[in-house]
Amino acid sequence: MKTLDQLPVGEEARVVRLHGQGAVKRRIMEMGLIRGTRVLVRKLAPLGDPMELTVRGYELSLRKADAALIEIE
Amino acid sequence: MTPITIALAGNPNSGKTTLFNLLTGANQYVGNWPGVTIEKKEGLLLGRQDILLQDLPGVYSLSPYTPEERITRDYLSLQPPDAIINVVDASNLERNLFLTTQLLELGLPVVVALNMADLVEKSGDQVDVAALSRGLGCPVLWLSALRRQGAQELAQAAIQAANQGSQAPPDCLEGPVLDAVSQVEALIQPLVPRRLLRYSAVKLLERDARAVPGTGLPEDLANQVSGVADRLEEAEQDDGESLITAARYDFIERLSRAALTRNNPGLKMSLSDRIDQVVTNRLLALPIFALVMFLMYYISVTTIGSLVTGFVNDTVFGDWVAAPLRQLLEGARVAPLVSGLVVDGVVGGVGAVLGFVPQMLVLFLLLGILEDVGYLARVAFIMDRVFRRFGLSGKSFIPMLIGSGCSVPGIMASRTIEQERDRRMTIITTSFIPCSAKMPIIALFAGAVYGNSGWVAAAAYLAGVLAVVLSGIILKKTRRFAGDPAPFVMELPAYHLPLPRNVLRAAWERGWSFIKRAGTVILLSSVVLYLLQALGVEGGRLVVVDSSEGSLLAALGRLVAPVFLPLGFGEWKATVATFTGLLAKENIVSTYGVLYGFAQVAEDGAQIWGRLAADFTGLSAASFILFNLLCVPCFASVGAIKREMNSSGWTAFALLYQTLLAYSASLLVYQLGLLIQGQAPGLYSLAALLVLAASLYLLLRPRPVGQARRAAV
Repeated sequence: MKTLDQLPVGEEARVVRLHGQGAVKRRIMEMGLIRGTRVLVRKLAPLGDPMELTVRGYELSLRKADAALIEIE
Repeated sequence: MTPITIALAGNPNSGKTTLFNLLTGANQYVGNWPGVTIEKKEGLLLGRQDILLQDLPGVYSLSPYTPEERITRDYLSLQPPDAIINVVDASNLERNLFLTTQLLELGLPVVVALNMADLVEKSGDQVDVAALSRGLGCPVLWLSALRRQGAQELAQAAIQAANQGSQAPPDCLEGPVLDAVSQVEALIQPLVPRRLLRYSAVKLLERDARAVPGTGLPEDLANQVSGVADRLEEAEQDDGESLITAARYDFIERLSRAALTRNNPGLKMSLSDRIDQVVTNRLLALPIFALVMFLMYYISVTTIGSLVTGFVNDTVFGDWVAAPLRQLLEGARVAPLVSGLVVDGVVGGVGAVLGFVPQMLVLFLLLGILEDVGYLARVAFIMDRVFRRFGLSGKSFIPMLIGSGCSVPGIMASRTIEQERDRRMTIITTSFIPCSAKMPIIALFAGAVYGNSGWVAAAAYLAGVLAVVLSGIILKKTRRFAGDPAPFVMELPAYHLPLPRNVLRAAWERGWSFIKRAGTVILLSSVVLYLLQALGVEGGRLVVVDSSEGSLLAALGRLVAPVFLPLGFGEWKATVATFTGLLAKENIVSTYGVLYGFAQVAEDGAQIWGRLAADFTGLSAASFILFNLLCVPCFASVGAIKREMNSSGWTAFALLYQTLLAYSASLLVYQLGLLIQGQAPGLYSLAALLVLAASLYLLLRPRPVGQARRAAV
């Protein structure tokens, strides 16, 4: 299973499904990351974490640990 | 006639506040929502006495996770306004419309304001307003709050919508989700007001029972509703929340395909992107960050700030107010106690505090600019990795940064942290960072005891940061704070030029809350303190005493002083100063001034350096500074802690922890310092060694087993 935290900087993928539950999952979905959404890894923070993503035309910051809940293809 | 109420709702950064300022002008009333400190802003529409505008907190959704979200949805469902203006950032249409799909289900008239019209035009994208309006089933209007275009038309449309009443909500949902919603609607119809039928049905399918107005459903009905949700989740292989969220975004995607023509679907670099490439660059980010912080302090504390503060203290309050007032009172032959009370007590006490206002305003102004530009969100992004190590999040940095100006707005800024655990930890630790009111204490001792060394201030900041870090590590291992750090899901808004109106207004609002405090708490405490040190009991009668040695204040101080004996400052003056510091930390300097018999001392207390140097050693001064920096902050901050914690138990825990930490730290420094200086060990050194052992255990022990397992799941 490939997850979003493994996607290298500058590459784009499609969300297959979200794992995890509760507030984290809900918040990720509300910000527009749901099944089928295209997501681009924009960059990593200077210390390697969190990641900056482009989703639906805006910039979203997500920790790698949370990105690991997002299955991609 | 009851006024028409129109609520402004929208995502953070959608330009809601700019629109609110534009529509109401200076006609604003800022208060708090009942029970919490989230700001409640109201104002009358310019030129209309009968239209009340309500600025709601910026939220991404009506889910129940942050206090802002809970307030927004409780307000909209329980005390509904007559209409909602939903401010939508047109340059970020899809995510902004998510909230819109939820607002439309509340059964209230909605008018959508497409803000940032100019930005969209410039990018070459095109939004078909008519198509959007058809799809959403409500009026949609262009707005450029920045250029002040479209606001009046928007207000008119909202008034019209309010007069017409609610519209039927469009069906954002479809397929099996819609079927399930309809089934739930049929079940709960007799119990729920018509207006809230769709909203309640959706919330029940999301298993969010708190959102349903009233006392809840009878058990058999609740079971039936739960059955509908079970069948839906079983059939679609996902939970209700996810299904509904996905259905909303499906609707939004269909809508935006019809209404939005992207001119450049490719990833062209905007100016904002190019700025961000430099500012959050792997190598440059941290140096740039350090430079920005340095400049901010250099400007607000060292140069402009201290110039203005000196002027206000010496010239305005000293020469212009205090001296003429004293002359006037003496000329009128007022009793010395009264004239002293007015000039030294009230003017001296309040003036010393108000002297900070310019410095604080400069700091708030600079912070406001950084916030408005979008840099503070990047700071959280850059610093998250560091803060997570000790159980906080990148967002904890902002409260601490603001807290370096004044803990009150700093503690209040912790609201943006979503998870309760991190928010509480931030509230407890924010006041460890020396606020600008603690600077005079540092300056006083640096001058009196340490030969004016600049290292004292540096050491104080270091001690504050260490206290935050160590507390994070210790507290996150306790059962009270069990669990994983908060999700760090944060928007990084596009950079834009700061809007002077917004920045000035925000700085003034933050500064004004401080001035109000000076006018109330500090005024009262100055009067009480002055009377306590001017009066004493002689021969069974209350008399005005010559020197404060025989005052009531000294008697009280002597009573408590033994508590501080192990810390090296167990004498009454230091005790009294510590207690007056609870009213406002900068009081410590003026208290020493009063106790040493000087009516008015400079901000750094230069007049009393000699007396102070005689009373303190280098070690006991360090212990005194440390205790006063870390212990319970001033009463105004305690008030802020109580409001933000919203729980007496947590407030008590915070204050107890702060006091314990301060006492332990001072004990360690003083007693271990004595040992190093070669003094024979005594009972107190043993106590210090025990505290050291206990602290090391709390710091180094592994995470409790149950917690580690939970974290691994």
